[in-house]
Amino acid sequence: MHAVEVNQHPGLNLTQHSDVHVPKNATVIFGFWIFLMSDMVFFGLMFAIYITMIGATADGPGPKELFDFTSLALQTGALLLSSLTAGMALLVLKYNQRQRTMVLWLLATLILGLTFLTLEVRDFIAMFAMDAGPWRSGYLSAFFGLVPLHGLHVTMGCLWLVVLLIQLSIFGMVPKLKTRFMRFALFWHFLDLIWIGIFSIVYFGAWTYG
Amino acid sequence: MTYQDIFGRLTLDALPFTAFIRAPSVNEAVASTAASIVVVGALTVLFLLTRYRLWGPLWRDWLTSTDHKKIGIMYIVFSLVMMTRGVIEGVVMRTQQAFGLDGGFLQPDHFAQLFSTHGTIMIFFVAMPFVAGFINYVMPLQIGARDVAFPVMNQISLGLTVASGVMLMVSLVVGKFSTGGWSAYPPYTGAAFNPGVGPDYWIWAIVVSGLGTTLSGINFATTIYKMRAPGMTFFRMPLFTWTVVCSSILMVFALPPLSVAALLLGLDRYLDFHFFTNDLGGNMMNYANLFWLFGHPEVYLLVLPAYGMFSEVFATYSAKRLYGYTSLVIATMSIAVLSFTVWLHHFFTMGQSALINAAFGIATMLIAIPTGVKVYDWMATMYRGRIRISVPMIYGIGFLVLFVIGGLTGVILANPTIDYQVHNSLFLVAHFHNVLIPGVLFGLLAGYNYWFPKAFGFRLNERLGRRSAFLWIAGFSLTFFPLYFVGLMGMPRRSFSYTDPAFVPYMIVAVLGAFCIFSALITILVQLKVSIKERDQNRVPIGDPWDARTLEWSIPAPPPEYNFALLPQVRERDEFAMAKIEGRAYAAEGDYEDIEVPKNTPIGFVLCVLSGVWMFALVWWIWWLAALATALIILAVILWTFDIDNEHVIPAADVRKAHEAWLEQIRLTKPVDRDHEADPSNQGLAKTELEG
Repeated sequence: MHAVEVNQHPGLNLTQHSDVHVPKNATVIFGFWIFLMSDMVFFGLMFAIYITMIGATADGPGPKELFDFTSLALQTGALLLSSLTAGMALLVLKYNQRQRTMVLWLLATLILGLTFLTLEVRDFIAMFAMDAGPWRSGYLSAFFGLVPLHGLHVTMGCLWLVVLLIQLSIFGMVPKLKTRFMRFALFWHFLDLIWIGIFSIVYFGAWTYG
Repeated sequence: MTYQDIFGRLTLDALPFTAFIRAPSVNEAVASTAASIVVVGALTVLFLLTRYRLWGPLWRDWLTSTDHKKIGIMYIVFSLVMMTRGVIEGVVMRTQQAFGLDGGFLQPDHFAQLFSTHGTIMIFFVAMPFVAGFINYVMPLQIGARDVAFPVMNQISLGLTVASGVMLMVSLVVGKFSTGGWSAYPPYTGAAFNPGVGPDYWIWAIVVSGLGTTLSGINFATTIYKMRAPGMTFFRMPLFTWTVVCSSILMVFALPPLSVAALLLGLDRYLDFHFFTNDLGGNMMNYANLFWLFGHPEVYLLVLPAYGMFSEVFATYSAKRLYGYTSLVIATMSIAVLSFTVWLHHFFTMGQSALINAAFGIATMLIAIPTGVKVYDWMATMYRGRIRISVPMIYGIGFLVLFVIGGLTGVILANPTIDYQVHNSLFLVAHFHNVLIPGVLFGLLAGYNYWFPKAFGFRLNERLGRRSAFLWIAGFSLTFFPLYFVGLMGMPRRSFSYTDPAFVPYMIVAVLGAFCIFSALITILVQLKVSIKERDQNRVPIGDPWDARTLEWSIPAPPPEYNFALLPQVRERDEFAMAKIEGRAYAAEGDYEDIEVPKNTPIGFVLCVLSGVWMFALVWWIWWLAALATALIILAVILWTFDIDNEHVIPAADVRKAHEAWLEQIRLTKPVDRDHEADPSNQGLAKTELEG
């Protein structure tokens, strides 16, 4: 019986951890999924714009000249790994293990996120130095409309995580914080998914076909 | 530090009064008067609030409230204020065109600002908040919920919408609004052609209110999916709630294209991007596609809830079950899905192949099928019903007749070959007003008369309501039917002047119609004033003045903060109607429980003010202020999340006491039949004439 209850949901078990707030928790998570759908539409449109503008380089640099795939491999590695660590943190939460273990996984997530951002910003600065900023062409506008939008999401995610860690140290693991961590994890995995799209379409796809 | 560092590009020249003093003209006088009305209006409100010591109650009971009912009312008040401005602008434009043969009294740029603000206001700050207000008020009551899923986010949505609307008011006084129409097509609205502040006002008002609407959509959808009362299955939901499901889906999926379009235009203007510029690979067709990818679902987002309101109205005032419930649900869903497949018909003439135009033309015509199904269902609902021609029904019947004409002209426009002839003409203007006014606005006004007693506990004056409804119908017909004819004669839309004297008679009829609409609006305000004055004769505390069918009528008027003392057990569709027929209405089933309701919070108001400051700073390039406002917005949101104990409990004993007092009142009240619906004897307890 117990085992069945624990595995009712793939993520944090909503029915087990908080007897009072059960329906509310499910509602809150459901609402967050809808938000992610809306955000997905936002990104989808930016991808569409990017694809229509791959040729619009206005004699400026195009995909073939711009990308540093070593740095991109590192960025991808950092971000995918951070998704794994975020997932581990949630598993610790789900099975009610030590809070310190969870905090360590989350700190690892934060560090990997910041690593990703540092590498990304370094790439942008290098592009700017080549006069390859959004001012140069429609193609680069589309690039800088999409990739930094993802970066901005990651930045917000990092800020969110810091705030959650502070709240954890103040309030302890109250039921409300549990669903916040769960939403954070959903958001973080979502950003990973978007990054896979960015790597496959913005970088690799454009580099192959652009 | 230079002047620009502190004030950006804001100078005294931004005030319309400055231009009027330097070079007085009728044009500048109109601009200055409009600006003065805004300033004087704002000052009067501030004065009255101080004079009658209302700041405290306003803050405690309204601005910080998280009650979905109060938020709904605030949305509607806001939209009525904006509607007044929008209607006046319409009247000014009609007047200009009536005198527009070889001139008129307005400058072309001023006329362009008028049609840009009129469109932006009517869509984003009248129709949207009016609809959002009704959804907020009615939908949770219809599904038997005690609140929406995210009460505080609801308050934030309202704050963002109001802040953006205030920006439009500010643009009347400080600087000039965009001249690029409500759709703001680049490259005309780009930095190269339009370096001023106008398009920037448009961009930020759209981005911020769009965010508010997206959040509302998430909120409404979650509420309906997750918070229905026990037994309220999807196919027992009232039809208005069904239309809200579809509208919320449209809000979640169709608003992002608008935000993307406006933000990319902003990047072009502020940071030298080249999404839509003429040079360096920009492509304005991306803008047209994005905008209408939003723009077309938007009209269904607005009209579907109006359809829902009419469905409730026709059923209630015909004392009959809604005919073809399932077909209406399917039709609503079909329209919501089809609305995403037709956006290209907004630019048939912009260079696609004939094949693509044909595909989108056919998709557009398809929408007439589910809409036709609905019209027949509504008529069949009235057929052999016990019909009362009260105010909402007058709007309803006006809607059926006029909306069918508007729909048919839409089918005409959906044919690309005809569209080539009449696109960008007043024929189009007549068409979309013909669907938006009888469709959306009449629905909202019918809903206003229908649900007002529920919200405030007293009925609106019937006589003035009728007068207003007839004035709307007559005013609409007089104003917009002539435009079909001049459109077919070749008069382009958005022309401040023309040279063909044949247009003049039509324009004169249209301006008379515009004044008729204006008096209809005034009559609504008078109706409100008179009704408030004689409220004691029209009270309906029991809460069911119309012998209605759905759950919101089964509770007191106005409802308590927690809506339902006992959560309803829903056994069938039209639960309250069936309860009345079976004689089990007003039975207290179940045990009273402590009810958790969210505490008041100032976060919505704080974000309203901060986002207003943020928009103003961006429009005027006051960078330090924009940065400060951004930081404060982030800080405010973070601090708010630290308040995790944000609910208070209403004890079961209090709930029981209030509920039992109401039940006692029911026992003492004499039920009235439908012949006395509009009498003072109607206290909201219906002697039901419904039949199973």
